[in-house]
Amino acid sequence: MINKEVSNADEAIHDITDNATLMLGGFGLCGIPENCIAALVKKGTKGLTCISNNAGVDDFGIGLMLKTRQVKKMISSYVGENAEFERQLLSGELEVDLIPQGTLAERVRAGGAGIPAFFTPAGYGTEVAEGKEVREFNGKMHLLESWLKADFALVKAWKGDKSGNLVFKGTARNFNPVMAMAGKITIAEVEELVEIGEIDPNQVHTPGIYVQRIFQGNDYEKRIEQRTTRIK
Amino acid sequence: MALDKIGIAKRIAQEVQDGTYINLGIGIPTLVANFIPEEINVVLQSENGLLGIGPFPEEEAVDADLINAGKQTVTTLKGSSLFSSAESFEMIRGGHVDLTILGAMEVSENGDIANWKIPGKMVKGMGGAMDLVASADNIIVAMQHTSRSGASKLLKECSLPITGINCVKKVVTDLAVLDVLPDGGFKLLERAPGVSVEEIKAATEGTLIIDGEIPEMKID
Repeated sequence: MINKEVSNADEAIHDITDNATLMLGGFGLCGIPENCIAALVKKGTKGLTCISNNAGVDDFGIGLMLKTRQVKKMISSYVGENAEFERQLLSGELEVDLIPQGTLAERVRAGGAGIPAFFTPAGYGTEVAEGKEVREFNGKMHLLESWLKADFALVKAWKGDKSGNLVFKGTARNFNPVMAMAGKITIAEVEELVEIGEIDPNQVHTPGIYVQRIFQGNDYEKRIEQRTTRIK
Repeated sequence: MALDKIGIAKRIAQEVQDGTYINLGIGIPTLVANFIPEEINVVLQSENGLLGIGPFPEEEAVDADLINAGKQTVTTLKGSSLFSSAESFEMIRGGHVDLTILGAMEVSENGDIANWKIPGKMVKGMGGAMDLVASADNIIVAMQHTSRSGASKLLKECSLPITGINCVKKVVTDLAVLDVLPDGGFKLLERAPGVSVEEIKAATEGTLIIDGEIPEMKID
């Protein structure tokens, strides 16, 4: 097996340069690559295009990189809950491409799967369809959407082995597996890095072939956006 | 009397069929889950990758890695399953989710829905709404019949940017239950308790089809 372990986030992201295109896993603040984001803020890499379902909140997630003006463009499906994002968008400092969530997920999957384009019904008849090829299948109209790829995919898993096999937990899986497929270099940070052979092959969600670098993350905050509970 | 949000959710719960998979949007649709009768077995889908959404957790069971599409902490149930965002929308797009219930700002008489963008206001994004409305066979909209300023939200044509076209099958508002007919028009099925047909007419800009006596909704 190939050992892909790197010592930490700084080493993992050392060659991400200005103007790179990144994919970042996560849904809201759930399953985001916290360590890689912190390392990018420290490194100060600028002009980034970030493909991510959401844009974090003001003081966490991608919001940290927005605050330091490191992001040139966001490609997302939903970008609420972030005042700094709104300010930069309205002032023209930040470009935003809004994409239906399922189309975003499938475009990323297609990028990883070697499918240059596909037809989807989502967005037909809306402004999302502007400039796109339309075709009818089974009496229903569909839009042609193209694949998405990235220079680097930053993903977060619960557990991983040193060969890059990943296991996710709960709904922290979300965009992480497809983004892992679509990065030229995929960097996985995990809560628990184990030796090769310690993960049952039956339990692997993302096979190590998609992962180029993996490291043991630390100090996970795992912030909760909407803490909702019930009384016993 | 016009229904409150709970009333709308209770009425929509009556539309839920046994043995179905359902995606509930944020707001009133989420409340529907509380009023589905116990003998009706359904599975709720959350587009961030969960089938079988359980109730909110007790304080000590809160898990940051387990949220719904509204980013609220939730739980799993016996028989729940977890998957990626791509697979989640594959099951939506593939027509495996039977019913989508969502909120709207406007619905047109041919079933167009607008619920993602108001010109001049900060656009937050469509999230999964465009995928859901383009894919589900059955779409029920939960909303107020009129805006705060009193303008009808059931229109001949939507004035706001569209989320999807020809997709809404039924609308449940604080005033009425209406079917969107395949050839266009809102067919009035039921009135909220104490609300007259005249009031509904006055609040509906789109074509309203009234056939015979219109019964009152029955809500516990």
